[in-house]
Amino acid sequence: MWRDHLTEIIVFSLLFLLVSGMGFVAARWRAPKDMAHLDEWGLGGRSFGGWITWFLVGGDLYTAYTFVAVPALMFGAGAAGFFAVPYTIVIYPLVFLVLIRLWSVSHRHGFVTPADFVRKRFDSPVLALLIAITGIVATMPYIALQLVGIEAVLKTMGVTGDNALARHLPIIIAFAILAAYTYQSGLRAPALIAFVKDSLIYIVILVAVIYLPYKLGGWGDIFAAADAKFDASPNPNDGILLNGNNQLQYVTLAFGSALALFLYPHSITGVLASRNRDVIKRNMSALPAYSLLLGLIALLGYMAIAAGVKPLPGAKEGTVDSNTVVPLLFDQQFPDWFAGVAYAAIGIGALVPAAIMSIAAANLFTRNIYKEYLKRDASPAQEANVSKITSLVVKVGAVACIVFLDPQFSIDLQLIGGVIILQTLPAVALGLYTRWFHRAGLIAGWAVGMGLGMWMLYQVASPTRKHFGGSAFPLSEFGFDTTKTIYVGIVAVVVNLAVAALVTLAVRAAKVAEGVDGTTADDYFADEGDPRVTPGTDRDADSAREPVA
Amino acid sequence: MAAPEPEAPTTAPARAKDHSPWNWLLFIPIVVPLVPAFFNGDSPRVFGFPRFYWLQLAFILLGVGTTTLVYQMTKKRGGR
Repeated sequence: MWRDHLTEIIVFSLLFLLVSGMGFVAARWRAPKDMAHLDEWGLGGRSFGGWITWFLVGGDLYTAYTFVAVPALMFGAGAAGFFAVPYTIVIYPLVFLVLIRLWSVSHRHGFVTPADFVRKRFDSPVLALLIAITGIVATMPYIALQLVGIEAVLKTMGVTGDNALARHLPIIIAFAILAAYTYQSGLRAPALIAFVKDSLIYIVILVAVIYLPYKLGGWGDIFAAADAKFDASPNPNDGILLNGNNQLQYVTLAFGSALALFLYPHSITGVLASRNRDVIKRNMSALPAYSLLLGLIALLGYMAIAAGVKPLPGAKEGTVDSNTVVPLLFDQQFPDWFAGVAYAAIGIGALVPAAIMSIAAANLFTRNIYKEYLKRDASPAQEANVSKITSLVVKVGAVACIVFLDPQFSIDLQLIGGVIILQTLPAVALGLYTRWFHRAGLIAGWAVGMGLGMWMLYQVASPTRKHFGGSAFPLSEFGFDTTKTIYVGIVAVVVNLAVAALVTLAVRAAKVAEGVDGTTADDYFADEGDPRVTPGTDRDADSAREPVA
Repeated sequence: MAAPEPEAPTTAPARAKDHSPWNWLLFIPIVVPLVPAFFNGDSPRVFGFPRFYWLQLAFILLGVGTTTLVYQMTKKRGGR
């Protein structure tokens, strides 16, 4: 009953209202002369310094869903869920040199999306369209999943209704407010709110990892409880350590997820909003602070085991909603007011990434579909306007996914999203380094990688489902005599690369036109203060070159 | 959209800025956390944490240390 949780609900609502207010005020924060430009609305004026970028990108990558789902995975499967830690360690050295090249070339040419870059680099609107659609499709379910994070909290507070509409009313209201201030303030809103969100999460987690082990008898007892639970379960692949079968999956999933993360449009939006190359490089050393946080949050799953948490029932009869284990743990162990703070941290934690993701998806639509195919001569003000409206549509779509469809559908789509976004790696990430690939090769590789990835995901069964049961593909399906599993995305992207290379050689031998590379080697090293190439006018080496500090 | 490619005056120093032998160090925090043989074990325990957990958390320091070192060693090149 919700009345038992009144204190929690009041604290949650107050904090929620506070950040909503901040969201609207954000339009005036670091206010530009002219908000009617995609650089302002969609990238915060490309002016964020080290601290803002740290909060923004941290709040963007480590989402509410992550904070709810990773401990839920630890609760259910044990060590396999800890892949999030190596994943978020290898990511930063991996992209350390790549992102600064992307930032430079985007700064020089005014790119807003990864597809903008591909369009210019490979002179191919078709390839750019494929990249843009892949990005939108991968991002949409991710937004919907943020709602799953909020719902887990609302459910624990007893805020449920008799019918679908009443049950979902709180998140519909929450998303309507979010949509309104994102519309008005653009990327400045999540950037400002991220300060509150991350401060709350750091406080909650620090308290949790000190106070809860003290209450539950120490870390030794917590791990012992988890070990006992997995020993008793019939599943051979759970446990507090990995076994021979899932090590390859663990490592390839961590590596594949790391490769995919900065291909997501919302990650790139956060990166492009930073002021210069230095800000990005420094953040590559500072962002792992969030990885530590994530590692500690993952262990909340074991604390829930030790505390004897029983997850709430799921949407269907006889299922459990394991996403509720962390909210339940807080409800059980913390005083009401602090549980309210913790819930607010998760709830607000959903808003920041949801806002950035909807902005990123809207930018992709505006730049790579609207401007490319519908209105070639769109002015910057029109672009900003289309993006603002699209961001509303995207959010309505995300809410509709959760209200009208089984949330499991969004979870499946997000699983697929990670695999398909990885298929943009050859064009976007390798494209930053080499133009060796032919645009036809990249398109062919993309198509084969997508097809293979989808087929493999379809083949994966889990104890409860026949298809789309996870991303761990049994190698025996390929005819290998083994019980080992591997991450689908890695296999798909390797095949994608092989096809892209072969087709490149073939079409080059057939002398198919390659298109003109619109970027120069120098573009990849440009920094703050270097001149921009303005659209419509060819570059002029001498004029407009600002002095370099 | 064929942009001519003039010789930009900043080409040489700018290029030199990204290329550095220090960058090779970045491979260490990419490879080490992906070798299960290092961390997939229970002993020794630290504060009750099995090795699997404390060592992987410690790899975060490896990552931070390496990227910080590379950043510091490469930032002043190119005469900026």
